[in-house]
Amino acid sequence: MKRRKFVQLSGMGAGAAMLVPSMMMGSSITADALLMPGMDILTKRKLADVALNTARSLGSTYADARIGRYLNQYVFTREDKVQNVVNTESFGIGIRVIANGTWGFASTNSVTEDGIMKATQQAVAIAKANSKIQKDPVQLAPVESHGEVSWKTPIKKDFKKVPVSEKVDLLLSANAAAMENGANFVNSALFMVNEQKYFASTEGSYIDQDIHRIWPTFGVTAIDRGAGKFKSRQAMSAPMGMGYEYMDGLESEKLEGPSGLRLYRNSYDIVEDATLAAKQAKEMLTAKSVQPGKYDLVLEPNHLGLTIHESVGHPLELDRVLGYEANYAGTSFATLDKWKSGDFKYGSDIVNLVADKTQKHSLGAVGFDDEGVKTKKWDLVRNGVLTNYQAIRDQVHMIDQKESHGCCYAQSWNDVQFQRMPNVSLEAGKEKYSINDMIKNVEKGIYIAGRGSYSIDQQRYNFQFGGTVFYEIKNGEIVGMLDDVAYQSNTQEFWNSCTKICDESDYRMFGSFFDGKGQPSQVSAVSHGSSTSRFDGVNVINTGRSV
Amino acid sequence: MAIYTKEEARQIMEKALSFSTADACVINMGGSESGNIRYARNTVSTSGHRSNQTLAVEASYGKKSGTATVDEFDDESLKNVVKRAEELAKLSPENPEFMAPLAPQTYDDSITFVEATANIKPEFRAEVAAKSINPASEQDVTAAGFLDDSSGFSAMLNSNGLFAYNKSTDVGFTVTMRTNDGTGSGWVSRDFNDVRKFNPEEAAKVAIDKAVMSREARAIEPGKYTVILEPAASADLLRNMSGAFNARTADEGRSFMSKDDGTKMGQKIVDERVNVWSDPLHPDVPTSTWNGEGLPLKKMKWIENGVVKNLAYSRYWAKEKGVDPVPFPSNFIMEGGDASREELIKSTKRGILVTRLWYIRSVDPQTLLYTGLTRDGTFYIENGKIRYPVKNFRFNESPIIMLNNLEALGEQVRINGNLIPYMKVRDFTFTSLSDAI
Repeated sequence: MKRRKFVQLSGMGAGAAMLVPSMMMGSSITADALLMPGMDILTKRKLADVALNTARSLGSTYADARIGRYLNQYVFTREDKVQNVVNTESFGIGIRVIANGTWGFASTNSVTEDGIMKATQQAVAIAKANSKIQKDPVQLAPVESHGEVSWKTPIKKDFKKVPVSEKVDLLLSANAAAMENGANFVNSALFMVNEQKYFASTEGSYIDQDIHRIWPTFGVTAIDRGAGKFKSRQAMSAPMGMGYEYMDGLESEKLEGPSGLRLYRNSYDIVEDATLAAKQAKEMLTAKSVQPGKYDLVLEPNHLGLTIHESVGHPLELDRVLGYEANYAGTSFATLDKWKSGDFKYGSDIVNLVADKTQKHSLGAVGFDDEGVKTKKWDLVRNGVLTNYQAIRDQVHMIDQKESHGCCYAQSWNDVQFQRMPNVSLEAGKEKYSINDMIKNVEKGIYIAGRGSYSIDQQRYNFQFGGTVFYEIKNGEIVGMLDDVAYQSNTQEFWNSCTKICDESDYRMFGSFFDGKGQPSQVSAVSHGSSTSRFDGVNVINTGRSV
Repeated sequence: MAIYTKEEARQIMEKALSFSTADACVINMGGSESGNIRYARNTVSTSGHRSNQTLAVEASYGKKSGTATVDEFDDESLKNVVKRAEELAKLSPENPEFMAPLAPQTYDDSITFVEATANIKPEFRAEVAAKSINPASEQDVTAAGFLDDSSGFSAMLNSNGLFAYNKSTDVGFTVTMRTNDGTGSGWVSRDFNDVRKFNPEEAAKVAIDKAVMSREARAIEPGKYTVILEPAASADLLRNMSGAFNARTADEGRSFMSKDDGTKMGQKIVDERVNVWSDPLHPDVPTSTWNGEGLPLKKMKWIENGVVKNLAYSRYWAKEKGVDPVPFPSNFIMEGGDASREELIKSTKRGILVTRLWYIRSVDPQTLLYTGLTRDGTFYIENGKIRYPVKNFRFNESPIIMLNNLEALGEQVRINGNLIPYMKVRDFTFTSLSDAI
């Protein structure tokens, strides 16, 4: 809600400002300083114990401490210019307690015994003050005591060890490729994140984790001044839970899409994609405007991921279902009575949606969540039927379960942890289908690739999605590019119209790097895997206007 | 203590500047104290308090710049932060759009700081929550709300002698009231620099009344309707439109404001009753009197009688184009009329009253087409009266088309630091129905 929460960094796409949440920033440091080791683990344990012991001595029945060091490197370029190289570090501790059956939280960047004691006292004071208007005491599901453990994102190349000049050169090469192929403008960016998180709780866990994420992206714009038109084609990359090796552009990770489209699995070729983007942006300027009506949609994973995110990921967050998010993101149509009935048809029989905090290369993959629960994989929808939600330690008793799902997260040491979306993915189909197999039986349809405009209501019924590129399908063949396409549907109707899903060989991940939720708002990063899927008879509108 | 006075801030920044050996140096300093309370299911959920202070040094050698920040202001820390910025600058690539530090400017005194807001205590926040929760409980309604207050300062000093300082306070409040049968929802938003203007009971009542009134909404056909948009409903669409007043993207041909080989400056784009300006000294929506580039902010017209009067130029783009810089607006003030909300309803034969719009996303930047949905109180009006609540709609509409279809303007209301009138608009495009409550 507040403008000051955002830092305007650089223009991306057609005049739209790229807004990076200010909490993703930290103190600026040199690139070399990113490589400096943080506080040693013995000191972290000693300081975390100060928080836990202080909390206990003040009457807390539970406490956890998170010592976090968050390192970010962002590179922004446009055409042949470097706009900004940002290196930041943020370090501090967040302490959460339960006193008088009520949560309290405080954080400080003074990571000393004295600073930690003061913050803990404040957290306990807040808990005690709020307990006067608390109706039901917090109930925590039991958790295993893990002792001293650690987990790392399995990376091959640490972004912090790759020279900035190499990153700048790569982006500028992609920009040059776009300009040579007819783009009028190109903005590109590389976001790289390393979360070094230490967690300790009164349950007896001391967990050290080292988490990496990367997101290369661009917007290529083509302009026809005579016609007064401009079109932008965004990158076909996905943000990933990987190191800099994602930028290697391995041939083995590329897939051939229809009409010469190139699609990327776990390795991205930004120069190739930018080249194609320029050609496609130009093609969009003269693409046929869509005739509104019902179409069979063939949706590419890097497009379908956002639809999964909005229409499955969010409505199955238990805090939304219960009303904790009612004043901001909203509630959910997927109410407890639907789940309890045991036969609520979320989708057709072939639709299986799983939550997974362990999936390799995903943005959400960690060993343990931010309240010390070992992560896992679980079903949300099986054979089309709603089977479960996403819940954390203080929620699972409300759905008569005994074990947290392990999806608690805070964007930094400075913010309180709460339930966040795990990776939510559509399982690949059992039968072998290629992308062409999906297209060949469609009489009147549209193939949509990449993310576009997205909007969904506060209970997640009615949605409208655009895409990056649209191709018209007639009698089993792609006949050309379309423009002005958006589809509108209802979540349950849409997932029940799913008639065919490609197999594992087409499975890829989409990602959201800055998903927002909560008040004050926090961001998180999450992936959504799927294979190319077909949805029959979906309502398509024409978004063209003359003003 | 995160709020420094003008003199304290100046002394610290001058000390930092004295350590600079770069060609140019710009120092920014800021601090804030903020507190919040969050409640849902008629009980408090989380609350917190934060204190932040930071000083940022941007050092430049030629066109190479580096920025470093620090949150401690002793001599040693200041010396180190300047040194780090200078090291970073030497390692950075040249920025072809670098602008040398601005010369000293004259600024108006701002009216953004109110002591009463800076003095808000946790007990006050709990009382505000109780003033939502108690009346909700009495009426079979559930409250979920958020109160967020802050006070802070920002200051700038550069090696060319420019100094600027501002102190401000803010309080923002929203509450959603949902009937316990799940069929009605109401919402209200209030924001002020001066918390003494805030009446939590009045705000809670507006949301509760809407929740109760919106129960058991009927479905009516989507299509083009005359709408009365409450200021909260049109504010976000208008704010998105204000983003198009960027001279650079217009000149580059990739904006709604682009035209042939130039821009739409001087062209009539909306109804002649539309007048939009920004004014940092407006008593209801004051802002700082200087911006991030150090440029003074003055009252500035953006649309006059439907005609584009100004586009915003950064210092760099102004230099490229040989014009004076025009700072982006710090607030958005749209001229209203005398009609109250009730009078606008009374004069409507058939229409829809919209409380707010939700999940607004750009569909086509070329036409400024946006999509989103109505939320928390949508009502059918017939023959001058609210007849019944209706189900929420998805819209696909451009604020440009909307302001061309203007029927009437009503009283102005402050929304998120902007001043927006009630508006009656014909042929507003609803494209589908939503079951969401």
